[in-house]
Amino acid sequence: MSEVLIEARGLKKRYGKTTAVDGIDLTVHRGEIFGLLGPNGAGKTTTILMLLGLTEADEGRISVCGADPMRDPLTVKERVAYLPDMVGFYDNLSARANLRYTGRLAGIAAQELDARIDGALARVRLDSVADHKVGTYSRGMRQRLGLAEILMKRAQAAILDEPTNGLDPQSTFELLDMIRTLRDDGMAIILSSHILDRVQAICDRVALFSNGRIAIEGSVRELAAQVLGGGYTLQVDTDPKNGAPHKGTLAALLGSVEGVSGVHSAEPGHYHVLAMRDVRDAVARAMVEAGVPILRLASVEPSLDEIYRRYFEGINGTAHGTA
Amino acid sequence: MAQRMARRSGSPWKGCGIVFEKEFSDHLRSPRMLVLEWLILLTGIGAVFMSIQGLRTTTAQDPFLFLRLFTDARESMPSFLSVLSFLIPLMAIGLGFDSINGEFNRRTMSRVLAQPIYRDALLLGKFGGGLATLAVGLMTLWLLIIGLGLLRLGVAPSGEEVARGFVFLCVALAYGGVWLAVAMLCSVLCRSPATAAFSALGAWLLLSLLWPMMARFLAEIVYPPTDMAILLGVQSPQQIGLQQILARISPSTLFGEAVIGMLQPATRTFGVVFASQVRGAVAGAPLSFGQSLLLVWPQFTGLIAAAIILFAASYMAFQRQEVRA
Repeated sequence: MSEVLIEARGLKKRYGKTTAVDGIDLTVHRGEIFGLLGPNGAGKTTTILMLLGLTEADEGRISVCGADPMRDPLTVKERVAYLPDMVGFYDNLSARANLRYTGRLAGIAAQELDARIDGALARVRLDSVADHKVGTYSRGMRQRLGLAEILMKRAQAAILDEPTNGLDPQSTFELLDMIRTLRDDGMAIILSSHILDRVQAICDRVALFSNGRIAIEGSVRELAAQVLGGGYTLQVDTDPKNGAPHKGTLAALLGSVEGVSGVHSAEPGHYHVLAMRDVRDAVARAMVEAGVPILRLASVEPSLDEIYRRYFEGINGTAHGTA
Repeated sequence: MAQRMARRSGSPWKGCGIVFEKEFSDHLRSPRMLVLEWLILLTGIGAVFMSIQGLRTTTAQDPFLFLRLFTDARESMPSFLSVLSFLIPLMAIGLGFDSINGEFNRRTMSRVLAQPIYRDALLLGKFGGGLATLAVGLMTLWLLIIGLGLLRLGVAPSGEEVARGFVFLCVALAYGGVWLAVAMLCSVLCRSPATAAFSALGAWLLLSLLWPMMARFLAEIVYPPTDMAILLGVQSPQQIGLQQILARISPSTLFGEAVIGMLQPATRTFGVVFASQVRGAVAGAPLSFGQSLLLVWPQFTGLIAAAIILFAASYMAFQRQEVRA
């Protein structure tokens, strides 16, 4: 695996009597997007602030780009860029002037700064409005300006807190696309969100936060295998009127295919098949042999939304009293 | 805490100059500053103009004519000095009341602090920027008044007058620094700029208008006047002493004393004078510049110390604050 850029072990943070973060371990590699997912107040932002050295951890060990944010915060902040939740800019200054200020604070050499700003603004497609005051910008443009700041800084790692918060679908799509190009440049990216389906598309690995802990962690497929009981979901449609066998028999037929771990049917003729591996081939053969018409046989990406809901249903079902 | 600080690497001054530059240019271009500048300019020049009208008749008699420009009051118009002692705090509070909480409200704080600088640099840069703005404003005003005096009085100021005027300028800046530090402390403690502005203005009203009266009452309670004193209509020396100590808690008292000591060279002391102390003194004779400076030195350093203490308090409060909005 490639180089580890962000590593935390046993991170804890208490505010008075409440424990915001309760023993978190995480590892993020170069060229990887790591998603921190969870409801509001689960400890995502606190974890992010501790990684950046903006809040002191009570316990635990952190290493970010080879430096300890508690002992050497300036080195960490030189190498890591941060896009806060609902990022703000100085509205009375132009986009360029805003970037110039943070760029100078970041210690970028004056002769290099203007070229870097121009490059960054062009990449987020704000170059045509670079000299407009940020007060005239929309939410989506502000978030893109935040990304331009990360590009300008040429950081090794970027931490984005709820980057898609309050954006319309089109802007969300554009922003996530730009974040993906950052990853392709070799940055390590941590991204927090509570909007799951959008984030799922770009995260290589995710961690589900719950009450200050990481409940489960892994790629979306791994989580699906763990929570839903199968990493692959097939959608099978057949015609219930035309020669289809009795509902129970087709379900039993699908269940008997090797590798299938579960079959659910929402309505007659529509089946969801969960499997540990891609079993489209075997399912098709079984159906053809049994003479069942196949109207549709498609592989469905496991949805993070569903994993999330099912996981917390499970937790709340068993441990409702303690929550 | 101290141990943890010592372990941190990197300079706390890194980025301070950049913050300073931005704050300074923001202040100079802000409409708020423009309003404050014009307010001070118009009232200040009005006061000086009135005092010039009176002074022109007595040009020949006064060796410190120029200094009278600052201190003379004419009918219906207060002296330039009282205008300043009122307006400097207003200007300083106007510059500082939203310096820290404004960053939180604009949601720029976490973005700025995510750059490789310490919080020290941000706070110090902001204080420096405000102070520099005050300095520019006061300096302009000072030069304008001297120019106006030259034109209207037709007399050039002596070297000593310029020196005394310059010390006055420094004292005024220190006084402004105190109120700037008060405003910044409020802006760290209160998340809403309106609350911060009202707290700072409240502190200013309390210390400038009410405190001198309260000092008198408190001194009277601690040292009740004797029957003899009431009969003679005087206060006991202890009572006056205590009253003075209490009154000097207020920066406006310190400012008033320091400025009077500088601009009225005949001032020898600010407290009670006993007959033994004035034996051999020529009544009304001015002190030399050095002696006047010695006289106002404690007041001057007191103002600077107050500004530093207040700044340290806001520094401590700011360091403990959570970055998340």
